[in-house]
Amino acid sequence: MIRLTQAPFDPGQALGEFCRGRTETGAVASFTGIARAEQGRTDILELEAYPGFTEREIARHAEAATERFGLQDVLIVHRTGLIPPGEAIVFVATAAAHRRAAFEGCDFLMDYLKSRAPFWKKETGPDGARWIEPTDRDRDDLARWETS
Amino acid sequence: MLLFGRLADVAGWRERDIPARSLADLRGRLAADDPALFEALQGPAVRTAVDQQLVSLDVDLRPDSEVAFLPPMSGG
Repeated sequence: MIRLTQAPFDPGQALGEFCRGRTETGAVASFTGIARAEQGRTDILELEAYPGFTEREIARHAEAATERFGLQDVLIVHRTGLIPPGEAIVFVATAAAHRRAAFEGCDFLMDYLKSRAPFWKKETGPDGARWIEPTDRDRDDLARWETS
Repeated sequence: MLLFGRLADVAGWRERDIPARSLADLRGRLAADDPALFEALQGPAVRTAVDQQLVSLDVDLRPDSEVAFLPPMSGG
């Protein structure tokens, strides 16, 4: 399931609900991304999505991850709008029969979200505002998953 | 036509109705009206979506087509 939300969410609650009632899963891996203050350089983050398009693009990659790693289920929660430091921006959980698939599926989905998912991110701090674009590190992280 | 991220900052707007018969026609109008925005759209990292589908070549547009210009994306 893909959920975009402007409101703060509790990653612990999301994980609890995702785990509930699973008798054949065996492994759930999760990742929570939290907005950083960057030692006072960032007062607030603003995330913009393209409603409809963003959800569909993420769903397409969640399906690809499900197929590739043999996942049973995926949950992605992503904030949009204004996000102060300390609040969760993104939460990804993957369910699988065994741990390797759950870990790898979660890792793959985060690398995709960082550098390919249709979001635009602006940091505002004492020195003004700047748009954040994927770093070389983000691109290298994503390249790890390319199949030859 | 929709602009996202830094492209909206360059243009000073996010959404506007522009008459155009094709993507090439639309780009031509932008080049005349707002050279700075036209320049910002040229980068290879800017993707184009028509009716929420990514396109890489010129396509014809209908009066109700939605064209979005998408600068480099970054989530998480």
